[in-house]
Amino acid sequence: MQQLPIFVQQLINGLTLGSIYGLIAIGYTLVFGIIGMVNFAHGDVFMISSFVALVGFLILTSWIGIGSVALALVIVLIVAMVLTALVNWTIERVAYRPLRGSFRLAPLISAIGMSIFLSNFVQVAQGPRNKSIPPTFNDMIVVMRGSGYDVTLSYKQIAIWIVTAVLLVAFWYLVSRTALGRAQRACEQDPKMAALVGIDVDRTISITFMIAAALAAVAGTLYLTFYGVVRFDDGFVPGVKAFTAAVLGGIGSLPGAVLGGLLIGLIETLWAEYVSSAYKDVAAFSILAIVMIFMPQGILGRPDVEKV
Amino acid sequence: MSAEPSAATGLAGALRQTAITALLTFGLLLPLVGFDTVQNIRNELVLETRWPLLFALVAVVAALRFLHLAVIAPRLADPARRPRVSIPDSLRTALARWGKPVTLGFVVIYPVLAILIAGTGAGKWIDNFGIQILIYVMLGWGLNVVVGLAGLLDLGYVAFYAIGAYTIALLGKNFDLSFWMMFPLAGALAAFWGILLGFPVLRLRGDYLAVVTLAFGEIIRMVLINWVPVTNGYAGIGAIPRPSLFGIPFTAGPEGFAARLGLEFSPVYRLIFLYYLLLGAVFLTAIVIDRLRRLPIGRAWEALREDEIACRSLGINTTTSKLTAFAIGAMFGGFAGAFFTARQGFISPESVNFSESAVILAIVVLGGMGSQVGVAIAAVAIIGGTELLRELEFLKLLFGAAFDPTQYRMLLFGFAMVLIIIWKPRGLIGTREPTVALKERKTISADMVREGHG
Repeated sequence: MQQLPIFVQQLINGLTLGSIYGLIAIGYTLVFGIIGMVNFAHGDVFMISSFVALVGFLILTSWIGIGSVALALVIVLIVAMVLTALVNWTIERVAYRPLRGSFRLAPLISAIGMSIFLSNFVQVAQGPRNKSIPPTFNDMIVVMRGSGYDVTLSYKQIAIWIVTAVLLVAFWYLVSRTALGRAQRACEQDPKMAALVGIDVDRTISITFMIAAALAAVAGTLYLTFYGVVRFDDGFVPGVKAFTAAVLGGIGSLPGAVLGGLLIGLIETLWAEYVSSAYKDVAAFSILAIVMIFMPQGILGRPDVEKV
Repeated sequence: MSAEPSAATGLAGALRQTAITALLTFGLLLPLVGFDTVQNIRNELVLETRWPLLFALVAVVAALRFLHLAVIAPRLADPARRPRVSIPDSLRTALARWGKPVTLGFVVIYPVLAILIAGTGAGKWIDNFGIQILIYVMLGWGLNVVVGLAGLLDLGYVAFYAIGAYTIALLGKNFDLSFWMMFPLAGALAAFWGILLGFPVLRLRGDYLAVVTLAFGEIIRMVLINWVPVTNGYAGIGAIPRPSLFGIPFTAGPEGFAARLGLEFSPVYRLIFLYYLLLGAVFLTAIVIDRLRRLPIGRAWEALREDEIACRSLGINTTTSKLTAFAIGAMFGGFAGAFFTARQGFISPESVNFSESAVILAIVVLGGMGSQVGVAIAAVAIIGGTELLRELEFLKLLFGAAFDPTQYRMLLFGFAMVLIIIWKPRGLIGTREPTVALKERKTISADMVREGHG
């Protein structure tokens, strides 16, 4: 029987994909939590970080000639996080901050424009074709032996899980226990009051955007090393799916975002295996619609009380 | 960049700010502009550097920043030196008196002008500019009902356009119906789907509604791509029946329009016919929407946009208001889709991706939500502007033969979208005059009205 090994393998793949969605979803959740805006360009920030990682990786391996892949990966990760944070800081400064206090659709529309700008910028700067890197870091362990089908778990997948778990704990601690986290929650509840008690609202929002971008950069680097390929329009669909994950988990909740990401990743992989791989995106988008309609507060979110 | 420029910082401050901006730009552009990833002969990805391009871009950004800090910002900060753009009264009255008839006259004689000026090349001007812009005006007005009047942000509007277009394509292919028989069906089916989408999303508002409608648009597109036996997938459907003039087709045969009138065959007759057909349809759309706004339902839409809770408290049925807005908006989207197939004779999922929805939304928002005139102006500016990029052949002389201006179409579009929304968050024509007023009519500047939920 091949049933069980295939299922376990899909479970592993789904959790890996889900971890990446979860990392992007945290960015949506943080930004939505603090300024109540769907950061439409977040998926494209993720895509850009993937390209930054690609360039960094090529510089390190082909120019400088670093032998240790693990070391190269760590350097690339840090560079991608810093540069992507810088990109998102600039985006917030240029495209969203002037619209604070404007009517509520304005930032969303600005973000849509930004999203179009970013993906087309990469298309113009790096060309419209798939960019692939040679597979690296390929060691894997065989988890389970089936008859002619081995369930494998690669070190990359383990690395992705560990990184996601560590970052989730670290940022959950940051948001719920530190002064910065308190400032963020204060801005979320009432920006004017927060400013009155001495919180620099603009700065807090900027930092939030930078954290969101750094997490997207982790996701982007892991995505590139795991799948080995990236393209200029790779931001849109993962972006929408990660947003779905954030909503499913309950927007504003960090553990919820990762939980939602894992669920979306699992549903997508299992759907592709057992139902139809052509319609896997349809499955993800349908979940988005169903969750928003029937469970808008998500799994771990708080119900939104409407005030007059 | 965090400190606001003030007069006290002066030139030295401006220089310092410019240096920071240049450094930031350098950091931002270094990975993706400084390096190009290209495939070598062995199909490996290698890096090439583009230092001149990188430094040129940094220099341009720094120069603009310095210009802004040293010249423009002090002028704007000082009320006495602020440049005043005032339209003289004579021009204003002339515009009010002649603006409408001159515009109407121009759009009516536009094909004639195109033929007189461009001669044999007129087809391109009538098709790419005239017909295409009119289709987008129609789409813009349709979406304006949903977004501008009812205040429901719809990011999947292109789905209705797709439904209209595929209705014509599939019925024409499989049942051999004529365009005119299918045309009302295209609108009706799109409206039906509008209601179908409307029902589940009734409770959603704002950003959530936007994302669900986006998902709906993507689902429709994925079904069109993957349901190959019916829709032919990515390859699309070609040879779709085109509209005829009372049964006379615009073909080259002896039954064709040109042959019957004893003229030499030219594809331009079909384009002119389609142009006037669309012009008529667009005028009709304008009249219908204008009338709808004065009906109780139109007022309910505007009330819904301003404040949904107040609306419900006053006993307005928000369910029917939202559903009719969705249905009517979708219907015009479906009609526009039908005209799109009439123009192209071909439809594929490529034509209905998310960026189309974004373009239509940009037309509505940048034109000024709720303003018919603003939306029409924005459609002309955005679609005409991006089409004009195809005509900028002289730029090749400037930047070399490899330079392709159309590549930058969406890039500039996204950039312009951000700039305009920051410059005028309410769109170009952003005043929102209430259709009904108590005792006296006051013009409320839309910027001062707080947006309700929805």
